[in-house]
Amino acid sequence: MKKDLGIFVLLVVLCTIVSIRNPSFLTPENLQNTGRLIGAFGIFSLGLGLVIITGGIELSVGSMMALLGVLLSIMLTEWRWAAIAAILACLLLVMGLGWLHGLLVTRVKLQPFIVTLCGLLLYRGLARFISDDETKGFGSVEGFESLRFLAGGNLLGVPMPFVLLLIISAVMWVFLHRSVFGRYLFASGRNEEAARYSGINTRLIISLAYVIAGGLTAISGIIFAFYTNSISPASHGNFYELYGIAAAVLGGCSLRGGEGTVIGILIGTALLQVLQNLVNLLDIPSSLNFAVMGAVILIGVLADQFFSQRRNRKQVALLRESAKADVTSANTATSNNV
Amino acid sequence: MNLTPVLEMKGIGKRFPGVVALDGVDLEVRQGEIVGLIGENGAGKSTLMKILGGVTERDTGSIEVAGREVEIHSPREASQLGIEFIHQELSVLDNLDVAANIFLRREPTKGGPLKMLKLIDRKRIYAEADHYLQKIGLDLSSHTPLSKLSLAQQQLVEIARALSAGARILIMDEPSSSLTLTETRRLLEIIGELRTHGVSVIYISHRLEEVREIADRVVVLRDGRNAGLLERHEIEHNTMVRMMVGRDLEDFYIHANGGGNREPNWFGVNRLRTLRYPQHAVSFSVGQGEVLGLAGLVGAGRSEVARALFGVDQTIGAEITLAGRPLNIQSSQDSIAEGIYLVPEDRRLSGLIVEFNIRENITLPGLDRYSTGGLVGKAKELEKANEMCRTINIKTPSTEVRAANLSGGNQQKVVLAKWLALSPRVLIFDEPTRGIDVGAKAEIYGLIRDLAREGVAIIAISSEMEEVLGISDRIAVMHEGRITGILSRDQFSEEAVMRLATGGER
Repeated sequence: MKKDLGIFVLLVVLCTIVSIRNPSFLTPENLQNTGRLIGAFGIFSLGLGLVIITGGIELSVGSMMALLGVLLSIMLTEWRWAAIAAILACLLLVMGLGWLHGLLVTRVKLQPFIVTLCGLLLYRGLARFISDDETKGFGSVEGFESLRFLAGGNLLGVPMPFVLLLIISAVMWVFLHRSVFGRYLFASGRNEEAARYSGINTRLIISLAYVIAGGLTAISGIIFAFYTNSISPASHGNFYELYGIAAAVLGGCSLRGGEGTVIGILIGTALLQVLQNLVNLLDIPSSLNFAVMGAVILIGVLADQFFSQRRNRKQVALLRESAKADVTSANTATSNNV
Repeated sequence: MNLTPVLEMKGIGKRFPGVVALDGVDLEVRQGEIVGLIGENGAGKSTLMKILGGVTERDTGSIEVAGREVEIHSPREASQLGIEFIHQELSVLDNLDVAANIFLRREPTKGGPLKMLKLIDRKRIYAEADHYLQKIGLDLSSHTPLSKLSLAQQQLVEIARALSAGARILIMDEPSSSLTLTETRRLLEIIGELRTHGVSVIYISHRLEEVREIADRVVVLRDGRNAGLLERHEIEHNTMVRMMVGRDLEDFYIHANGGGNREPNWFGVNRLRTLRYPQHAVSFSVGQGEVLGLAGLVGAGRSEVARALFGVDQTIGAEITLAGRPLNIQSSQDSIAEGIYLVPEDRRLSGLIVEFNIRENITLPGLDRYSTGGLVGKAKELEKANEMCRTINIKTPSTEVRAANLSGGNQQKVVLAKWLALSPRVLIFDEPTRGIDVGAKAEIYGLIRDLAREGVAIIAISSEMEEVLGISDRIAVMHEGRITGILSRDQFSEEAVMRLATGGER
């Protein structure tokens, strides 16, 4: 938790600055809208974080969402599937893609970057081909109220995606930080060989991370599809994987694997969305959008590096203190033995 | 040989927090002389050489090179004084060719205003590289990609690099540790020839036979102090050992056999064939409560056997039995379920997750024992970790310390604790005391002995002759993938093991 404190402070400072400079940041509408986006982005960012903890990467998130959006629209409006069937089909499809990625990474030993880069291109192309490169949507067809509610509705004033994110985060937190699977995931990501030497089925664990990431991407994808209500296959979900990676890295995940927390990823996601909001509210030219984000991520990562090095130095100092005490006792012990 | 010293280190002292690494050590090297620097791990050899190489700063003492007092603050300054370090782990770049490696950072150039923008003088770099290769008798073209070279040849390229940098004092840290016998012979010859070029060599090795053969003088360190100085005619194996250890070896190793072989063929390995040596089948057995030493040179295939038995390497075929029951081991999950565990050779890479703390490392293989409903019970973990720290004396202020911050000996104890917490039936050690100080070594031997007494079958791979002779009840010796002989206690001798390890007959 200590590790997430730095970025949390950064988030609070940013929020304070924005609300002082432009009080409309605190209006219910703005908070609701920002919360909605945090929810939608947060869900798949958690999945991406999971993959990053295994030492891998998932670049095809945005393309998966485009493919999913197009298929969802076709299933609901053209094939007239029941909502629940369409959602299950989408979930299974994207989790299946995740499983395929996991298989290629752990069994065929391809590098995650390459596997998912191919996915990025492949699924985008498929999405555009299936839809004839035409924008798909859900129009005004009746019957999707429950689905629309997931994306656009509020529960007691809290946007539904945010509610979903909270539920999923709670589950993920227990899963990652308290369960056996979570420990195995960190172990496999940190040092796959040592994990294997401890009897962990690392291939299964890593594959599962990709499958879960797929599932969470699907949930986010469904929310985004109904949130935008129109899916232009060439641009829907563009760069979303990078938002997810940025959120995970801001939240303390190391691309080397084995590091990261659910809370960190949540704060990271929130930070990115607040930054977007800040650019709009403070009349910063929107062309600077990415530049602002890049700078803040860099600052966040630098601060994290600084603090983690300091923490380690403290532990080493502590050990040296106790070693000092040991040396004297060990010296007497060995001289007795000889 | 010229008697004027090219190097004089006097009264060198170095303290690390809590440890005195060096306490007034003297070292003198004359021109064209080979000085063997020996001592147990932790005796201070590496620290002394790091100070000479400019990697570490000394606290006290003085260094004179060619009669002039010098301060060495960096490897670059050491290099300017003609001091070159050839490390235990090769520091060559295997994506470049031989010439590029020899002249790295000192490339002959032509044209261009800035150093970085100049073009490499290809004609000169290859011509000069060839010249140095010839000088050390390495018969190949400097165009050869380094990756095509054997380890031994790569080592020679390092020597060529040092010579081309104008080395007058060459520090070699365990240069033969991964070479075959013939390669070692060749290396020793070349080192001998360096004398004629007026180059002095400081030769650090645990292989005392090599030191005896090549050194003009031997300097022995023990616990950070000079423990002795031997002139050429005094250099003898036993004298060196006595000086290094400071006591007789018999006190150090206590034979494991406590249970007296309760069941002779308890753990049986039949016709095991590894991927590295598919043409040879290995068969042996270990009794309950017996310590079987597995001796041989580096590359004899011992670690491959260990990894195959533990299920982390695939095998071509094997019949393994434990207590009369045949086992089918396809993965480390299978072997762990049977109580067959491995303490691997490289503990930082395979034995531990060094970023994890002690508790997380110890409980990792048996995590389900400390969990309920898939959730880890930290209290149970803590209890077990604390218990293990107490019983095998892991020196740490708390179980929440990261394994990376522990000493080698304590790290090895954590690896061992992982398995002891799961009550082993067969325990395989691959180089159990590599890089561990004397005190911890004795403790590990004690633990091995206790385990054997409790009826665990133990296989101990060791490249240290004294260790394998000291702790084993029987020794199986391997050579290039085959077991060339199994020695019983009354047949133990260094000569017998060496003969079998080099492929000779019993």
